[in-house]
Amino acid sequence: MSADMTQSGAEILLRALKDQGVEVIFGYPGGAVLPIYDALFQQNAIRHILVRHEQAAVHAAEGYARSTGKVGVVLVTSGPGATNAVTGLLDALMDSIPLVCLTGQVPTHLIGNDAFQEADTTGITRPATKHNYLVKRGEDLARVVHEAFYVARSGRPGPVVIDLPKDIVINKAPYAEPAVQHSSYRPRTEPDMGQIAKAIVLMKQAKRPVIYAGGGVINAGPEAAEALTKLARLTGFPITHTLMGLGAFPASDPQFLGMLGMHGTYEANLAMHGCDMMLAIGARFDDRVTGRLNAFSQGSKKIHIDIDGSSINKNVPVDVPIVADAGKALNALLAAWQASDEPTDKPALASWWRQIDEWKGKDSLKFTQDMKRGGIIKPQYAIQRLFEITRARGKDTFITTEVGQHQMWAAQHFHFDKPNRWMTSGGLGTMGYGLPAAMGVQIAHPDACVVDIAGEASILMNIQEMGTLAQYRLPVKVFILNNQYMGMVRQWQELLHGSRYSETYSSALPDFVKLADSFHATGMRAQSVDQLDDVINAMLDCPTAVIADIAVDQAENCFPMIPSGAAHNEMLLGPEHESSGVGITDAGMALV
Amino acid sequence: MMPSPTDTTQRSATISVLVDNESGVLARVIGLFAGRGYNIDSLTVAPVDAGGLHSRINIVTSGTSMVIEQIKAQLDRLVPVHRVADLTMDGPHVARELALVKVIGFGEQRVEALRIADTFRARVVDTTLGSFVFELTGNTDKIDAFIELMRDLGLAEVSRSGIAALARGSSVI
Repeated sequence: MSADMTQSGAEILLRALKDQGVEVIFGYPGGAVLPIYDALFQQNAIRHILVRHEQAAVHAAEGYARSTGKVGVVLVTSGPGATNAVTGLLDALMDSIPLVCLTGQVPTHLIGNDAFQEADTTGITRPATKHNYLVKRGEDLARVVHEAFYVARSGRPGPVVIDLPKDIVINKAPYAEPAVQHSSYRPRTEPDMGQIAKAIVLMKQAKRPVIYAGGGVINAGPEAAEALTKLARLTGFPITHTLMGLGAFPASDPQFLGMLGMHGTYEANLAMHGCDMMLAIGARFDDRVTGRLNAFSQGSKKIHIDIDGSSINKNVPVDVPIVADAGKALNALLAAWQASDEPTDKPALASWWRQIDEWKGKDSLKFTQDMKRGGIIKPQYAIQRLFEITRARGKDTFITTEVGQHQMWAAQHFHFDKPNRWMTSGGLGTMGYGLPAAMGVQIAHPDACVVDIAGEASILMNIQEMGTLAQYRLPVKVFILNNQYMGMVRQWQELLHGSRYSETYSSALPDFVKLADSFHATGMRAQSVDQLDDVINAMLDCPTAVIADIAVDQAENCFPMIPSGAAHNEMLLGPEHESSGVGITDAGMALV
Repeated sequence: MMPSPTDTTQRSATISVLVDNESGVLARVIGLFAGRGYNIDSLTVAPVDAGGLHSRINIVTSGTSMVIEQIKAQLDRLVPVHRVADLTMDGPHVARELALVKVIGFGEQRVEALRIADTFRARVVDTTLGSFVFELTGNTDKIDAFIELMRDLGLAEVSRSGIAALARGSSVI
């Protein structure tokens, strides 16, 4: 540690951030962080993006982190600044997004006195973060900042809060260089080779294999996605992704079965149900994926690779647990598969593929668009056209979403061939995530095409961020599938609560075109199918931020659907299909 | 060994956790148990090394084997946690707690309380003409039994330390 004590805590903080490679901070000022903002004002190395609400600062940092693989950084004030950030922190925790959130705090001598804008931030954020710190001594400041970045990005990534009392950032403090040592926190990244060997035996013997890969592969970096792609192609195994994993394996590859889970494809879910060997990588067997646990893939041997040991055997017991970084484990599997001269059961695999192709033939995402002039736009069609038009244009495209039906349709009908292009709130399901996340993505990728696929209800939860788009001239495109309902809740009310649409109609909606105008953006609207392509093209051509208000079929439901408490083979298919699946049990009604 | 989700047998587990002795670490552990709905039957915490850098938390909990595995994994991923040991599963261990038991009584009751205390090797650490405070160390069953016997003899107040536990033999966590 340098004995140099010429810099204030705020200057030390910024120096530490710079040494951690931080280029951008998303934040909102306030009394307790004034000294930090003063130090920010006097330097040029770190750019500050002023959001309009602290929750949005966190989601923007998530979008930035998810699309770059870097740690996102947030700066908010004490009390309400910190409490407003909590939703974003928990969102990042559940989706394993690396963040460092700096929160202001009242001076150390006032802590516990119910001072103005005081909150017990470390207490409140403890269950919403991977770890948090309250810096009580200036000499700890630099070390804590470096440690926070290490904790945020290593192991299973997550959000880390550093609570900074005002006197700590005002008073002089010493600097400490980044160090990678930590006495107790040492996440395991290298796979156990004995377990890899056991996994290879199961994989070679498999007659009906499936690869089930999640967001952990994305978090492990592009090399992990590449290793996954190689392994899938080498083995010839069918592969499905969780919501968070989309893009790790190219969606255009014929081995891809689409997303699995509650709104996954028929073939993905039946392959999970009927497989005899499941290779799970960076996925956590959550309830949206498994459906009813006691009916989940009963006949399969399971290999589970996860960097977080607590994710293994949490919901589903597995045969070969491997605690490791997804990329390292995948590369180890690749090498071991190639080195093994054990034969595979090719005829069995071929017959498994015939079965899967039969399921694929069901075309479970099918919908019928009325193409006549004036025809009502199906939401699926709007996304399909958005996908086709952006792909034809060839520009690198990043998609964020809000939460609800539009999110699931986006996951089903927008196809990703590369990782880090898909930003969505998976675990927490946070409405209002998409617009600020898109902001963060556009900051990181100024020349890319960034589209927030939104619903008219979700978008209003962080609509104030249109102001941020205007201030920084971020040409984010907000593509609203407007069905005038909180669609997913409405769908559950229709299917589970006798079509009693309690409080789900979006009354008194704003005029989104005028709303865009008032925020210095461009508004446009498509009322019928003949207007759709023109609006999408105009939106993508527009140099400014856009709100495109797409009026879609109000009655459309998102299918396939595995109702709560049902098994993978008890899927509800849409009206396009004859089978109506099973009813919902009382036990299922009680689930979320 | 793979824990089975169909095994609903509840077992008790004594878990020792070596943590950094820093503010908030106990709140993290307790918050984990409360937030995830795990039981805490007993909990003790104190610094255990010369420098006061590390504390040992001993937790007695119960659940199915799958839940207990999950508790250990969840504890293990907390940043200030150095080691987690399931003393119940890892081999034989000794577990002791200390109780202070106040008994108020006169005459024959008082004599009987003292006689039973002697049988349990409880020490009298405070006395007045009408009361005793007994100090008793032992496993949980022994302390429960003593307190039960004192109920009819003027039991007034109990303070228990919770479990302190170590593995038998030369192994350390």
